[in-house]
Amino acid sequence: MTAVREAKSSGPPPGSEGGSRSDATSAPAPSRVVSGRVVRTPSGAVSLLVRGRTVAVTAALLVALLAVAGITLTTGDFDLTVGEVLQALTGNGSGIADFVVNTLRMPRLLTALCVGAALAVSGAILQSVTGNPLGSPDIIGFTNGSAVGALVVIVVLHGSMTQIALGALAGGLATALAVHLLMLGRGIQGFRLVVVGIGVSALLLAVNSYLITRATFQEALEAQAWLIGSLGNRLWTHATAIGIAVAVLLPLAFLLSRRLSMVEMGDTTAMALGVDVARTRTLLLVISVALAAFATAVTGPIWFIALAAPQVARKLTRSSGPALLPSALMGAVMLALSDLAVQRLFAPALLPVGTATGCVGGLYLIWLLVTESRKSRA
Amino acid sequence: MTATAKRPTSGSTSGQATGPGTGTATVPETGSANPPASRLRAENLTLSYDQRTVATGLGVEIPDRSFTVIIGPNACGKSTLLTALARMLKPRAGQVHLDGRAIGSYRSREVARRLGLLPQSSTAPGGITVGDLVARGRYPHQGMLKQWSADDEAAVVEAMRQTGVLELADRPVDDLSGGQRQRVWLSMVLAQQTSILLLDEPTTFLDIAHQVEVLDLCAELHARRGHTVVAVLHDLNQACRYATHLIVMRPGGVIAAEGDPSTVMTAELVEDVFGLPCRIIDDPETGTPLMVPAAPKRYAPTTGATALAPTT
Repeated sequence: MTAVREAKSSGPPPGSEGGSRSDATSAPAPSRVVSGRVVRTPSGAVSLLVRGRTVAVTAALLVALLAVAGITLTTGDFDLTVGEVLQALTGNGSGIADFVVNTLRMPRLLTALCVGAALAVSGAILQSVTGNPLGSPDIIGFTNGSAVGALVVIVVLHGSMTQIALGALAGGLATALAVHLLMLGRGIQGFRLVVVGIGVSALLLAVNSYLITRATFQEALEAQAWLIGSLGNRLWTHATAIGIAVAVLLPLAFLLSRRLSMVEMGDTTAMALGVDVARTRTLLLVISVALAAFATAVTGPIWFIALAAPQVARKLTRSSGPALLPSALMGAVMLALSDLAVQRLFAPALLPVGTATGCVGGLYLIWLLVTESRKSRA
Repeated sequence: MTATAKRPTSGSTSGQATGPGTGTATVPETGSANPPASRLRAENLTLSYDQRTVATGLGVEIPDRSFTVIIGPNACGKSTLLTALARMLKPRAGQVHLDGRAIGSYRSREVARRLGLLPQSSTAPGGITVGDLVARGRYPHQGMLKQWSADDEAAVVEAMRQTGVLELADRPVDDLSGGQRQRVWLSMVLAQQTSILLLDEPTTFLDIAHQVEVLDLCAELHARRGHTVVAVLHDLNQACRYATHLIVMRPGGVIAAEGDPSTVMTAELVEDVFGLPCRIIDDPETGTPLMVPAAPKRYAPTTGATALAPTT
């Protein structure tokens, strides 16, 4: 301590990017205590803390999102100019452009963006609540739960697409409830949730396999097609469904994100700082589960986005909190880009997007497990 | 090194604090209408985790503006008591009162503006800087649109200055030593600006110089800034030196004795509660009780018998 105190005279410490600017009325305080830029109204009623790096990453992701959207809408079997696309979007396009943009490409793109964002935020919340980068809906069983729900509808009830989606939704929510009941009375501890979730996930996978062996050839084909998440043939109904879910649930998650970053410091610390930990956690888990279930209901299981997008976003922003908005954008860009890749790179073949995310995801998971195990040994 | 250099000042600080008897009589300067009762007290608590009951019928009163230290053998429920006082653990029966009202009747944030807790362990988010972590202590004072007011900044700077971590503001918490880190966490609790501070074993995992440093800091907060400090400690001698009010607990969550350390601390009490024969002498530095464990007779060097010596 003495050493530090003596060092007081040695000038201000070297700064990172940005710096807090105290307003004119406040006493001269050291300029850089917290990272970020302070924006205050003169009265002090509103004061915001803006981190330059987060803003930059968010802006870059928005640009990337626009670029991917632009390429997706203009290229393909039928090339269009940006002008033609804009005309079609505003309802003034020629017949063919209108059909290509508004019926084929736009719903698929919007579905990809919304599903990507939903999965990423779902993963970001779960990873934050469990304090574990493996805590994501695809690892801890929610996705397999949705799959069971969908397969039951396909194989047993022979339902329509909408019914399959409802089945997936019900399956995901039921799994979350089951995991919750298995944890009951012991509180939701991060590591426990992940371990119980992985167990439940394995069980559900077995159920899925069983259902497929019971199915007829036709049903099995349909089931298999659903099990590899796909964005092919997504219509406005799909885009609208996931769009509404995202429009309702994401703002709620954003509202709770400050509390979420407190919960990351441990229950006791968060409670001592005045956070209602139990309620915050329950609310956030419900949001997370609902987002994952809706996403899976619309496209089938898409791996890797929920696992990786939040981690990548957090690394890029170097945020000390969950960084939900950058995560959402990252997920949207990742999924839209993956879908663009499978559509264009393997042009004649109709490759589902799940294969692309699955491949990249497998590699990412290996890397994650290796670095995590190294970290825990250190 | 650090410790020896600071010794004289801190000695006088704690000595002066111990001087005028226990703080029970001191009148709280809060404007609330409960002058006789202390701000933080517990009545008839039954505390339990799951099935295991740690304490029954436990009552305790924290004298206002005191430096209260809770000691007792392992698993006697001292940390549990502290957690209950900080409303982290809901008592199965009984009540904790803060400023005359049941602590459970407050909104969570309201309690966090009156009472701060330094838990035994907290997790620093990966890559967070010291300044950002201390700033999180302002959470109970902030809102969606009030993320960083001038008050927040002043409180954080002041808290970091008190604990001597202001110069570390830009450093990642992960890079700090254990002692520095503990001061950062303490700083976060101070940034909360509560007049009551509860510290759960603030010296664990620290070497002796850093232990003294943290305790000196607590003594300073108590003496100079008028904080009510409640700490759970393991070291009886440190407890006696710094406490103005000592609470000794025995296994089963029972209070064996409480009051001024110089009257409470007796050889009989230590033997009774900890099962350790000892002598109590005056601390040559501060005059507070100093517990010296008795040397076991059988290990004392004897004159003739050398059983293990070669017989030849």
